[in-house]
Amino acid sequence: MRQVAIVGAAMTKFGVSEKTNLEMFAEAGLEAIARSNLEPRDMEALFFGNCLGDFEEGQLHMASFAHAELGLPVSAPATRFESACATATVATRHAALLVGAGVYDVVIAGGTERATKMGTPLATRTFAMASQAQHESSAGITFPGVFAMATHLYAHKYGIPLKDLKRHMAGVAVKNHYHGSMNPKAHFQKKIDIDMVLGGMMVADPLQLFDCCPFSDGAAAVVVANAGKAKDLIKNPIYIAGMGQASNGPLYLQKDLTRVRAREASIAQAYKEAGIGPDDLDVIELHDCFTIAEILALESFGVYDFGKAYDAATKGETALNGARVVVNPSGGLKAKGHPIGATGAAQITEIVEQLRGESGPRQVEEACIGLVDTLGGDLGTVCNIILTNRAN
Amino acid sequence: MEYKITFNHYQQGLEQGKFLGLTCNACHSVIFPPAAVCRECGSSDLTPAELSGRGTLRTFTVVRVAPEGKKPPYIVAMAELDEGPWALGNLINMNPDAADMGLIGKRVSLGRHMVKGDTYASDDTWVLTFALKDA
Repeated sequence: MRQVAIVGAAMTKFGVSEKTNLEMFAEAGLEAIARSNLEPRDMEALFFGNCLGDFEEGQLHMASFAHAELGLPVSAPATRFESACATATVATRHAALLVGAGVYDVVIAGGTERATKMGTPLATRTFAMASQAQHESSAGITFPGVFAMATHLYAHKYGIPLKDLKRHMAGVAVKNHYHGSMNPKAHFQKKIDIDMVLGGMMVADPLQLFDCCPFSDGAAAVVVANAGKAKDLIKNPIYIAGMGQASNGPLYLQKDLTRVRAREASIAQAYKEAGIGPDDLDVIELHDCFTIAEILALESFGVYDFGKAYDAATKGETALNGARVVVNPSGGLKAKGHPIGATGAAQITEIVEQLRGESGPRQVEEACIGLVDTLGGDLGTVCNIILTNRAN
Repeated sequence: MEYKITFNHYQQGLEQGKFLGLTCNACHSVIFPPAAVCRECGSSDLTPAELSGRGTLRTFTVVRVAPEGKKPPYIVAMAELDEGPWALGNLINMNPDAADMGLIGKRVSLGRHMVKGDTYASDDTWVLTFALKDA
């Protein structure tokens, strides 16, 4: 495999948008191409992410239209990826694999989503389509419900009183909204406090409103290039050091939801390829779709032992300038927002900017190695990408 | 390679109050609901089996913001069945507002209820239920 680099990355503001899925994607994509000192005609393929365009806009087969919107050559194939919330990370990984294999030299990957268009009842229904239809979504399980069940399991398994666990989970929300307050692209840019989290509407016991990420609109895109060419294009390519992806089935086969087996398998692949371990990470953008999800992820990575990450945020260990490792400096899905088809490419964009020292007030000092972590569905897909600003 | 028990066959079992699964002849795991291969070892050498319908509640949530077409609040739970598999279903014989951590570890008996199809999943489906044994 050849070494592969990200040469350009960009995202739209996340939030509520009046723009179409294609317009948002073209804005992010054209900016990512421009930042790479390239033109649309230079793209050899499009790896396009979108989950629910059919429900949002009555649009299937969006990849071909996104290709046209960007002005890509007819010879460049456009392929749609759908891996629920991990969609854009999975798309980018496959882009990088084909560039690494020498099939292409320069491609564009990313995704777009216009989730707010659906309204909460339909959005909740369509998101639940990412649970197994015959045995699980038929019982009315929702995404907050999945992570709520994981929370109850976690409290019971580790003997932590639910009230204490919820206060520490609230600390995750407070931290990520604090980070989001420094991100002009974030859906929510206001700080919150623990009382606001614990006073919120109950969504799925024990998860309250501020334990949950929002439905968001937005797009993000990255240009992926063979590292040999990348250095000719820009002065500061960000290199892919390692990648992983793994799959697991329905909840009833996963059993203990506190252990995200797909993530444990995915991160092991990524660490092995990168030749690093959890202590080497300087900055992490992880999948905090719900507050408990950040805790579970940090344990899967080995940054904390199992049962030990629950108070990391309240102890200040994962905030900007924190003692351990900075987690979700962008504000995470919690505050930056979660347009599901775009999320992974936005996480990559944040890590690329952090490793280039371009993150302004939320810059992680001397960040050299960053981890992208995106979870799809009810813990059934995880994709990880480790990035570095140092060439091999 | 044919399924020993299809989803339709499994549904017919539920309608009659039977919990149809499979036993793996290679590793002796019990597979529920039925599948093409054993999740534990990958073998397709499977024999139909009927489960006892008893288990222990492992986790739950009360859904208060529901998908389009569902009326909250309702309880979704997971139970570990006595034969080993876990199952997801609705806990039915209790007030959702009374659900708390004390449920975890309680003995439950399996049942089923009919969930009507909607615009997107058009089949009516028998879905598992759990009921507390001491209620």
